[in-house]
Amino acid sequence: MNFAVLQFPASNCDQDAVHVLRNVLGHSARLLWHKETSLGGADAVIVPGGFSYGDYLRTGAIARFSPVMQAVQAFAANGGPVLGICNGFQILCEAGLLPGALIRNRSLQFRCEHVFLKTLTPDSAFTNQVPDGKLLRVPIAHGEGCYFADAETIATLKAQNRILWQYVDAAGQPTDAANPNGSLENIAGVCNERRNVAGLMPHPERAAEDLLGSSDGRLIFASLVHAITTKSLAQAA
Amino acid sequence: MKAKIIITPKKAVLDPQGKTVQTALEHMGYQGIGAVHVGKYLEIEVTGDLETVRKQIDEACHKFLSNPVIEDYKFQIE
Repeated sequence: MNFAVLQFPASNCDQDAVHVLRNVLGHSARLLWHKETSLGGADAVIVPGGFSYGDYLRTGAIARFSPVMQAVQAFAANGGPVLGICNGFQILCEAGLLPGALIRNRSLQFRCEHVFLKTLTPDSAFTNQVPDGKLLRVPIAHGEGCYFADAETIATLKAQNRILWQYVDAAGQPTDAANPNGSLENIAGVCNERRNVAGLMPHPERAAEDLLGSSDGRLIFASLVHAITTKSLAQAA
Repeated sequence: MKAKIIITPKKAVLDPQGKTVQTALEHMGYQGIGAVHVGKYLEIEVTGDLETVRKQIDEACHKFLSNPVIEDYKFQIE
């Protein structure tokens, strides 16, 4: 499988993502500079974390207009799988590929810690390999990860099972104390209506090897690989 | 000409910065302080006929300078 990992000025989790895809999962992954206009036949796109364009104006606001994102828009519209991590999630929201927005953490602090994630549905290209009931222990590292969308959008996300991950405590409860940033409904990640584009604030690529204290993040990449290899994604011709 | 743009968080959006500033003002002893909203102010130097400029700035505010999901904007051209 061929992964494309986007690279913007000030992306800083791009190499981590490539490392996991290549060395941990054994797939082909290449970095794609933001000025590229083609995805070069990639099977899936990872929009990695970082501080693209210095987070100027708003997180992700400038990156979404880069040439490579126009190619990502077309790829996503054609059913191609796209996963945004942290700043990548912010970029996908700004680009309109995902609903809502990520705003300043309610604590005003940059939060860098491990959290527990509950996967709400296996029905996506990003969650199909997560065992039922398993909590994922993965790190977060962000200052602007508070998920916001209007009430109507939140209701739609719920009705369509598009909230993929929630911040929960060790017992799996979405408590206020387990919410690191003030996200509505403890939302850590969502997908689009077609279920081929998803974003999450936590970093699965930083928790994909036992050496790093948790390999739970691997399940998210493994889900993506499974979806593509079994062609369960409805690709448009 | 100069476009002066003010971008503020929508009322329904959590504004922890505004809340913190409000609390600080109260702690400093200022009386009658209500809700505080922290936004952004942009000045853009621009040339062209007034109507075109107005249209362009409005579009740029909507598409790029603000995020309609979380922010409101207003501007004036001087």
